[in-house]
Amino acid sequence: MSTPVGAPHPAMPTYLGMPAFPAVAAAAVADSQLRANLAHATRTIRAKRAGAVAELADWEELRAAGKAIKDHTLAHLDHYLLRLEENVTAAGGHVHWAQDATEANAIVADLVRAAGTDRVVKVKSMATQEIGLNEALAAEGIAVLETDLAELIVQLGHDRPSHILVPAIHKNRAEIREIFLREMPDAPPGLTDDPRALAAAARAHLRQAFLSAKVGISGANFAIAESGSLVVVESEGNGRMCVTLPETLISVVGIEKVLPSWRDLEVFLALLPRSSTAERMNPYTSIWTGVTPGDGPQEFHVVLVDNGRTSALADRTGRQALRCIRCSACLNVCPVYERTGGHAYGSPYPGPIGAIISPQLRGIGSPADASLPFASTLCGACYQVCPVAINIPEALVHLRAKVVDAKREKILSPERAVFGVSGRVLRSARLLAGAQHAAWLGGRLVARSGRIRRLPWPLSAWTDTRDAPAPPRESFRAWWARTRGTG
Amino acid sequence: MTTPGDARDQILARIRAATGPEGTANGRAGPAGSVDEGYAALPRDYLSAHHDPARCDIVDLFAERAADYRAVVERVRTDDLPAAVARILAERWGRAARPVPFVIPDGLPAQWLAAVPAAVQLTSDTPPLSAAELDTMAGVVTGCAVAIAETGTIILEHGPGSPGQGRRALTLVPDFHLAVVLAAQVAADLPEGFARLNPARPHTLISGPSATSDIELIRVEGVHGPRQLHVLLVPPETEIAT
Repeated sequence: MSTPVGAPHPAMPTYLGMPAFPAVAAAAVADSQLRANLAHATRTIRAKRAGAVAELADWEELRAAGKAIKDHTLAHLDHYLLRLEENVTAAGGHVHWAQDATEANAIVADLVRAAGTDRVVKVKSMATQEIGLNEALAAEGIAVLETDLAELIVQLGHDRPSHILVPAIHKNRAEIREIFLREMPDAPPGLTDDPRALAAAARAHLRQAFLSAKVGISGANFAIAESGSLVVVESEGNGRMCVTLPETLISVVGIEKVLPSWRDLEVFLALLPRSSTAERMNPYTSIWTGVTPGDGPQEFHVVLVDNGRTSALADRTGRQALRCIRCSACLNVCPVYERTGGHAYGSPYPGPIGAIISPQLRGIGSPADASLPFASTLCGACYQVCPVAINIPEALVHLRAKVVDAKREKILSPERAVFGVSGRVLRSARLLAGAQHAAWLGGRLVARSGRIRRLPWPLSAWTDTRDAPAPPRESFRAWWARTRGTG
Repeated sequence: MTTPGDARDQILARIRAATGPEGTANGRAGPAGSVDEGYAALPRDYLSAHHDPARCDIVDLFAERAADYRAVVERVRTDDLPAAVARILAERWGRAARPVPFVIPDGLPAQWLAAVPAAVQLTSDTPPLSAAELDTMAGVVTGCAVAIAETGTIILEHGPGSPGQGRRALTLVPDFHLAVVLAAQVAADLPEGFARLNPARPHTLISGPSATSDIELIRVEGVHGPRQLHVLLVPPETEIAT
């Protein structure tokens, strides 16, 4: 069955059925352990990132270049994807195209079977999380071993990632030790909760799997159109293991990951590590071009995935989300993320960037996706730290308008009734003065010590989550008229 | 199901519909050069180096920055390099409970190994060692293609035509990596460094030993890659003429 141009595709099957943000957030905020873990981790990384960025006097120029390169690439995406395809193929690789998660997963499953194995080692990648690759391969009888330490913790804990960079950020060392002792058959019996000991246990656990793997699966941080090179940025060496040791390598790459030329790495390798792990450079970056005889996998496949990206591309305001290089700086500075954690966002993409990516990739049809653009205070900290200057508040407001427009045809809500009346009152000085006086009178009835804590329905929807100051006896307009004369 | 060719055509059609007049879709009639011209005109107002090589000793800077990420950095004169290599390998050999060989990539200058004691075993990678064999090695000795002072990064260029750096697996599986960096290989920053590389070859950028911050964002050195990185930095000859 062929899908017509412009039709929506099923995207991100993993998290569908999640309730809307406020419901999950309420539970998350009540979890004091979770809040303590997140507050500790985000505070640490925030300060480090600020230091790493402050070192470069030309950070704003680097940001501007990163933004411009991405915008240019997105505006000519067909051109650069075709150039990438041509150069990967010329270097001995194979390029596949997938419109959605189902197609991408089927391509990968077929490639793994063709390699004659039912076990693969995998390095963490957002695109494979997004398409639910592990679950899809498991359904085909293919076992996927996650090799990133945090992903391993998540996989062993039968959990979900909650952060783009540090998927197990919601777990502390004691919880991680518990998971290892319970789920890792070869964990040393005397395992302590020292991060060094935990990392050593993961090293020993994965060693044989790396050395004997026939198929490795990766994503890519960047794909260079001009040379056909792929780039994987990492820290632990598990990425190097996955892209170097197996006979076959399959890289699943979102179509927006392409960069025009080799030279662009000088910009993005300055922006990404400092924004992400707050390092001048991450420990390991692997760059490879097709197949190199005698070195690394001799069979190489790239799967280019759309999965809703072309829908986002069609939205002039929303499109900027496709500039994202998945650094996670916006998560770490977000006051909402710090309190709710990543699971509340109901998607592999949490935090501010998730709130504008998920509703665009999946559409705003579900309550969860329709709630995401509202999961923000619009404080703008995310925009300020974004290394490719994505104006997240602007995109959030734009998506809010879309959600409201989609609701407009539906039944009259109390909110709409209130705003309808407010509109009329605010247009008339006389009505406004009357309303302010009435508010003062009403406020006297319900306020305690100058605060209003609970209003009757439907206004309780407002006071359920916040107090309001009691309206003053005299409005500013009344005061002005009284003290400055004419009115 | 769609056939593979269908998916490609559909995605490209959706991109062209989405990018509209500003995109390639409308410019298609024009020369392909128009996209390249747009690219060439992009703003690049950032610095080509954050430390000006004319005013800063970038070899010193590299040493300091590589050490920041827990690489062991030693400065040695060209004449003393063989002795330094010999000392480091012999020391690790002597400490091992069951001494195992170091792997030496093809094309590593023989002079660098000239002083290694006969007792310390060295193994060639020709014919190529299996991953399991590499896992039994005590370590690896390499040169590099480029080093980046600003970030303390060593860049290995692999494949035929890049001698002394080995296949990618050589500097990945063994637990110890001894890298020799010559002053002439140190670039001030990323732009100069990347311009010196050949994009057709595989590259590994190494900044310190392998590390993770996945547990409470606490940095732990030594996960899957080599847990120790030792750098022998050979400064320009003029500088150490004391």
